[in-house]
Amino acid sequence: MSTDLNIAELKEWDDRIKEKVSAFGLDCYPQEYELCDHFQMLSYMAYSGMPSHYPHWSYGKSYEKLKTTYDHGISGLPYEMVINSSPCIAYLMRDNSLALTILTMAHVYGHNDFFKNNFNFAHTRAEMTVSTFKLHAERIRSYVESPSIGRTEVESVLDAAHALSLQLNRNRALRKRSPKEQVSAAIERVRPVKDSFQSIHKKQQEPTVDLNKIPLEPEADLLLFIRDNNRQLTDWQRDLLTVVHEEAEYFLPQIETKIMNEGWASFWHRTIMNSLGLPQKLQLEFLVHHNQVVRPITGEINPYHLGLKIWDDIWRRFGNTGGKPPRTDETPDEKAREKLFEVRETDRDASFLRRFLTDELMQGLGLFRYQARGKDEVVTHVANDDGYDTIRQTLIDNVGMGAVPVIKIEDADFGRSRTLYLKHYHDGRDLELDFAEKTLEHLFFLWGRPIVLETIMNDRGILLSFDEDGFDTKKHIQVNEGLLR
Amino acid sequence: MNSSDTIFRPYSSSESLRSDRSAGDRQRHREKVLESIRDNISDLIAEEAIIGQSSDRIVKIPIRSIREYRFIYGKNSPGVGTGDGDTAEGQVVGRAKGREPGPGPAGNQPGIDYYETDVTLDELINIMFEDLALPNLEQKRLRQVISERTFKRRGYRQVGVHAHLDKKRSARARVRRKMASKRAGIERADDRFPFHQDDLKYRHRVPDMKPSSNAVVICIMDTSGSMDTMKKYLARSFFFLLHRFVCTRYQNVDLVFIAHHTQAREVTEEEFFHKGESGGTMISSGYNKALEVIRDRYHPDHWNIYAFHCSDGDNFESDNDATLRAAGQLCEVCNLFGYGEIKPYTLHYESSLIEIFENIEASNFQAVMIKRKEDVWPSFKALLKRERLPEATQGETVA
Repeated sequence: MSTDLNIAELKEWDDRIKEKVSAFGLDCYPQEYELCDHFQMLSYMAYSGMPSHYPHWSYGKSYEKLKTTYDHGISGLPYEMVINSSPCIAYLMRDNSLALTILTMAHVYGHNDFFKNNFNFAHTRAEMTVSTFKLHAERIRSYVESPSIGRTEVESVLDAAHALSLQLNRNRALRKRSPKEQVSAAIERVRPVKDSFQSIHKKQQEPTVDLNKIPLEPEADLLLFIRDNNRQLTDWQRDLLTVVHEEAEYFLPQIETKIMNEGWASFWHRTIMNSLGLPQKLQLEFLVHHNQVVRPITGEINPYHLGLKIWDDIWRRFGNTGGKPPRTDETPDEKAREKLFEVRETDRDASFLRRFLTDELMQGLGLFRYQARGKDEVVTHVANDDGYDTIRQTLIDNVGMGAVPVIKIEDADFGRSRTLYLKHYHDGRDLELDFAEKTLEHLFFLWGRPIVLETIMNDRGILLSFDEDGFDTKKHIQVNEGLLR
Repeated sequence: MNSSDTIFRPYSSSESLRSDRSAGDRQRHREKVLESIRDNISDLIAEEAIIGQSSDRIVKIPIRSIREYRFIYGKNSPGVGTGDGDTAEGQVVGRAKGREPGPGPAGNQPGIDYYETDVTLDELINIMFEDLALPNLEQKRLRQVISERTFKRRGYRQVGVHAHLDKKRSARARVRRKMASKRAGIERADDRFPFHQDDLKYRHRVPDMKPSSNAVVICIMDTSGSMDTMKKYLARSFFFLLHRFVCTRYQNVDLVFIAHHTQAREVTEEEFFHKGESGGTMISSGYNKALEVIRDRYHPDHWNIYAFHCSDGDNFESDNDATLRAAGQLCEVCNLFGYGEIKPYTLHYESSLIEIFENIEASNFQAVMIKRKEDVWPSFKALLKRERLPEATQGETVA
């Protein structure tokens, strides 16, 4: 049932939407829409929306998976797919109704504004996005087609790199120290505190520090570290690691701002739609779709729902509504907008939730915390005075990169045998062992020498290792200590 | 901002055809799925749905998805969900499940561990029968059977599909061209000397028919009253595999079906797989019928003969000597005589032929025990493993 959207008509609507966008003070990249059918949409989804992307079987898998769930009606297609680029590219499904398309366009402007203004995206160089991905694709294709490399070789490096791509420095706002600064920091760390009674004290032995240790400070960028420190790697292998790392870095802000970003776009599509003065038929259809998108999903967290609720609450608290819940079909006042824009610029999901997910909101949302007990998942905390803090913290731990374990390289020459020693910064959550095993195997493949990972399992320190003989879990070790050094 | 800022790219259906860019990645993923099916084939075979279906049927196989491993948190990692307001502490909200890797939205969203894939039964059977062959296939006079339609190389060409690219030759051609151009004094501005279309060499392949030897497979099944539904199911599963195997791998092998209780008769394929009978058991009758068929139609000098028999081993006692004798004769004329004993229950009072058959010393006799449906495939494989007898492969490839 193709409705064949009329481009001239869409342009008219776009003009009206854009009028509102600038009236509300949203600040967007130029917008570019592409109309597509559902096959193209599935393809774009599989490749994270990129017009060109390097080939790897995992995208084929992701396509099949999307198609299976779509064909079986388990999940529909998203109304929109938008990428962080300048001009901001978004795809519109040509089979969608007019009301849904207008809603989508309004929603896209919300994302567009967020991409351009949130600080997390500052490093992503939106104007280069499309060409960067295209260059990556071209380079990797050339390796695949080169007679001296070939698909199998490229695939095994990519498999391994994908497994580690999210093990990266997750806070770009904290500058990484240069090697020189690291040296002085290391010296600073061992320097004894100033002793006013030095003259009467017995002379202390001069503290020493091994400045040849690699890395001097624990290193979170696994792929980059391997690229720079494994001399066995060839140039094309290094390049593959760079490509995978750069893509992970590009997607990092989107992972880190899922709730804010979706909430923000939903907030503005609602405001824009309500201000357009739609004919009743379109207005009703818009409300149906809107409520479908921002509905709570029992037992889960719907980022559209949670995000919108928090933005609304910020409007209530900082706007001129006198603390009363604002009428959502009205436009936020000047004062509210000032605060909203400030938050959209300076926060990420973790800080957003910490600052603005109030006890009352949690109560209203009926949030609860659950944990596996035996074969079941059991509620441990509900939204009341005893539960608020725990629930909020658990939620923060689970959003964005909080769901990825922090693992850093501590020593690249452990035991003077080029063994790579990693440490999992345990926060109460154990690693999934069989996933850890397979990931270590990938790590071993890239590093070429034995790998040791220090972690905690069932409250006991444990060393997981992977070398020529395969995977091993060494018996418990002293927790919290310098370990086997 | 003015209206000229926004760009609308209209939909074009040709674009949709051209931009099926996931095709290559889907293809590669599918290869990996088939690899995974290959590794778990015996579990799949035990599924009743597969046995007894026609070959062009598409079966939906639930497969474990090809996992992409990352460091992820395990089961003791807590989560947060949205409640309906009545959620109470201690309430069970779900089952603990394995999680999919990767940071998704907050909350507990267990990924789909299994998904279905469409595979035709033929594809599946091809995978299954990859390493199997009729053992000891000998060259007999009057060759007639064509086995294994394959391809063989015939030289190299300048054009071809990418998969047939011969990297070594292509590289060599490039080096040769480089030397030649150096000798000719052609200087290049940079050091690069890229591949040229003329350097690429593709392997040329032509279809190759291998004439092989005459062969007949004789299927003998016990259809007596003691063969209940379960036993018949196991026996038929075994013969179904055998039947599919012979039809898939050999272009022209004769199949003979013999059903017996106290008497034996030759039946059609349809009857063999679908008809039940009853009565006592005289296994020698089946063997003698097979010997009779061989005498009449398949002279051992001209034919490779394979006989397979499935029974619960519950033979009429006085018939055992005759059975042993007939089995001995079968071994003399057959390349392989396989006996599968179906014993789904461990009842001690049932007699077993396997013990009696231990007296057979012929090297081409093999007995297997099938207790559960999971055993069907391993025992089938045990009988037909290509590498079971090394001289078997030799005999086949001489052709």
